[in-house]
Amino acid sequence: MEPLGWIEIITRVLYQFTSVWVALVILFAVSAAFKRRLGLYGKLFDSPIGMIGFALVMFWVFTGVFGALDLIVTHDPLSQVSGMKNKVPGTPLRGAEAGDYAWYLLGGDNLARDVFSRMVKGAWVVVQIAPLATLFAFMVGITLGLPAGYYGGRLDTFLSFLANLILAFPVILLFYLLVTPEIVNTGVPNYMAAVLFVFPIVFLAVLLNSRYYTQPKFRTPLLIGVLGVAFWLYLSLISTDGYLVNSKTITIPALPQILDLFDIPGGILVVFVSVVFVNSPTVFRIVRGLAMDIKTRDYVAAAQTRGEGPWYIMLWEILPNARGPLIVDFCLRIGYTTILLGTLGFFGLGLPPESPDWGSTINEGRKLLSIYLHPALPPALALLSLVLGLNLLADGLREESLKD
Amino acid sequence: MGLFILRRTGVMILTALCLTFIVFFLTNLYPNLEKLAKTQGNFRMSDEAVASWLGNNGYLQPLPVKYGQWLGVAPGWTHETDEGITGRCLRGTATAEEAAAAPRFCGILQGDWGYSTVFRDEVSGIISTRLGLTGKLMFWVLVLMVPSALIVGVLAGMREGSPLDRSLSTFSIITTATPEYVSGVIFIAVFASSAVGLKWFKGTATSAMESANFENFFLPVLTIALYGMGYIARMTRASMTEVMTAQYIRTARLKGVTFRNIVMKHALRNALIAPFTVIMLQFPWLLNGVVIVETLFNYKGFGWTLVQAAGNNDIELLLAVSVVSVIVVLATQLISDIGYVYLNPRIRIS
Repeated sequence: MEPLGWIEIITRVLYQFTSVWVALVILFAVSAAFKRRLGLYGKLFDSPIGMIGFALVMFWVFTGVFGALDLIVTHDPLSQVSGMKNKVPGTPLRGAEAGDYAWYLLGGDNLARDVFSRMVKGAWVVVQIAPLATLFAFMVGITLGLPAGYYGGRLDTFLSFLANLILAFPVILLFYLLVTPEIVNTGVPNYMAAVLFVFPIVFLAVLLNSRYYTQPKFRTPLLIGVLGVAFWLYLSLISTDGYLVNSKTITIPALPQILDLFDIPGGILVVFVSVVFVNSPTVFRIVRGLAMDIKTRDYVAAAQTRGEGPWYIMLWEILPNARGPLIVDFCLRIGYTTILLGTLGFFGLGLPPESPDWGSTINEGRKLLSIYLHPALPPALALLSLVLGLNLLADGLREESLKD
Repeated sequence: MGLFILRRTGVMILTALCLTFIVFFLTNLYPNLEKLAKTQGNFRMSDEAVASWLGNNGYLQPLPVKYGQWLGVAPGWTHETDEGITGRCLRGTATAEEAAAAPRFCGILQGDWGYSTVFRDEVSGIISTRLGLTGKLMFWVLVLMVPSALIVGVLAGMREGSPLDRSLSTFSIITTATPEYVSGVIFIAVFASSAVGLKWFKGTATSAMESANFENFFLPVLTIALYGMGYIARMTRASMTEVMTAQYIRTARLKGVTFRNIVMKHALRNALIAPFTVIMLQFPWLLNGVVIVETLFNYKGFGWTLVQAAGNNDIELLLAVSVVSVIVVLATQLISDIGYVYLNPRIRIS
C-alpha cells in the first residue's frame, strides 16, 4: 500500500474526529439558541475570544471522552507493531489484517506505537485529572481562605505563613520529593490525600448547615444524606484494596473491598494529591484577599446586624459575591494544572512510563528530536492548544463578567 | 522601614528553617535512605548490609539530632571501625590524631555545606559553580525578557482596542499558554533539527557552559524568556491602559501635547510601577523554567543539579539547593515590597 500524502493525512485525521465535530456543532447550536437564558455561560457567546477559547477547550474535552470510548483512536495506544518504529506520518501498517486501520496517521514513536492514538488517549488523562484536581484545590483554598480573610488576626497569620511556606518551594523540587516510588512506599501521599480530601466534606457540611440550621427537620436528614454519600466517596477514594496504607512496615485498614466503589491507580492518586497540594495555597491567597475586600461591604454589615452566624456570612454572603474573579481564576488554574501535569510527565514522575499522557510523550519524543519530529510535536501542540483555549476562555469570561 | 525589613528577615529565616526541615524529613525516610545506600554501595545489598552501611555513615541517628548536626548546633557524629575513624567532620577514614584535630561542629552555621554523594565533591563548591552558570543564563533571559515585555505591554496599552493592541495581546496570551517544555521542543524541532533543515541554532547548550555564543545559547534563553514575557506584558498593558484613562492624561491631551510626548513623558513612568513588582515576583517562576530548560538543553546549571540531587536522593546537596531557592524566592518578595514602596510616592509619603 502507498504511504499517504499530507493532504490525505489531514483529511483522514479530521475524519477520525467526526464524533467530536458533531458534538461541538450540537453544543454550539443549542447554546447559541438559548444564550439569553443561560446567564454568564450564555454571555460567553457574545465575545468572539471567549467562543474560540470555549471551542478549543470543548474540542479536547470531547476528544478525551470519545477517545476513552474508543470512537476516535485508530490503534491501541500501548501495543507495538513491528516494523513501525519511528515511521513518518502516513506510513501504511505492516501486515495489516482486515479489521485494522491501515495507516499510522501521525507516524510511530520509538517503541513503534501509534502517535495519533496516544495523543487522543492523552487528552483523557488530562480531562480526568485537571478539572477535578483544580476543584479540590478550590475547596481547600476556599475552606481555609474565607475564615483567614474574614477573621484575620492570629489565624490569618498562621495560615498565610503555611501558604507562603508551600509557595516558597520550587514546584519541581516538591514533585521530586513527593512523587518518587520510595516516598509512595512510605505512604506519605496517602496521608496527604486523607487530609486534603476531608476539606470538600467540611465545606459541604458547613455550607448546608449554615444555610438550613434554622429548620432542623429539613437540615438533619439532608446533612445525614449528603455527608453519608460524601463520606463513602471519601473512603473509597483514599482506600485501595481495603487499606489506606499497605506497605512492608505500616498497614492501616480502611474501607473493606466490597464497599469500595472505585479504585484509583496508585500513580494517579499521587499525581492528583501533589497537584492539589501545589495549587491550593495560591487559591487560598486569592480567596483571602477577596474576603478581606468584601467583608467591608454594606450587605455584610447588614447580615451581621441581622445576627447571622459567621459561616453563613462567609459562605452565603461573601462567596457568591466573589464568584466572578473565582470563575476566571478557575479556568486559568485548570490550564496551569494541565501544565503541571505535563511537567510531571516531562520529568517521568508519578504516571507509569508507558502512560500516553502528553508530558511523558513529549519527554520520550524529545530524545530523538533532532532526527524525528513527529512523536514529540503532536502532544506538544495539543497541550499548547488546550492551555491556550483555557486562557482565552478565562479572558472572555473576565470581559463579559465586567460588562454588568 | 528598618523594623519592617528586620521582621521580614525573621520570617524568612523561620521559613527557611521549616522548609529545610521538611526536605530533611522527606529525604531521611527509610526507603529513601535505603535507595541512597544501594546507589552508594551496590544494588544487591542485603537488608542487614544496608542497615550497617547507614549506621556507619551516621544516617540512623534520630532525625532532630541529624538536623542539628547539619545546622551546626549539635556536635558531628563519629564512628570507629577497624580501619580508622569516620565522621561528619572528616572526609573518608581518618586516624585518631586527625579525628582529634577536626572541628567538633560542622554544619552550615560553620560554613560547611556538607558532601555530595552524587558528584563526590564539596556541596559549597558545586553550588557556587552551578549557580554561576545559571546566573549567566538568567542574566541573558532578563536582558531579553524585560525590555521586550515592557515594549510589547506599552505598545499594546497605549491605544486600547486598536488592531495593534489586539495582535500584541494575542501574542502575549499565546506565550503564557506555552510551557517551556512545549516551546523548547517546538524551537528545537524548527530551528535545530535536521528534519526541517534550518539548523540555525544548536539543540543542546552543553558547549555554552564554557563559551556561550548566539548559536548555542539563544534557544534556551528564548525559551525561558517567552514564558515569562507574556505575563509581564499583560500586566504592563493593564497598568498602561489604566494610566491612559487618568485625568492628567486627558488634561495633557487637551493642552495639545503630542501623543508621543504624552506616552513618553506623562504615562510611562506611572505605568511602570506595577510591572516592577511583577518582574520581581517572576523570579521564582523563572527558577522553575530554568530546571526544565536546563534539562531539555542539557545545560549543567543549578536546575540540572536540582534534578540530579533529587533523582539520586543526595540529601546534603538537595538541602543546599532548597536553601538557595528559598532565599531567592523570599529575597525577591522583600525587594519587590520595598521597591514598590520606594517607587510609589503615594505610599512612600503616607
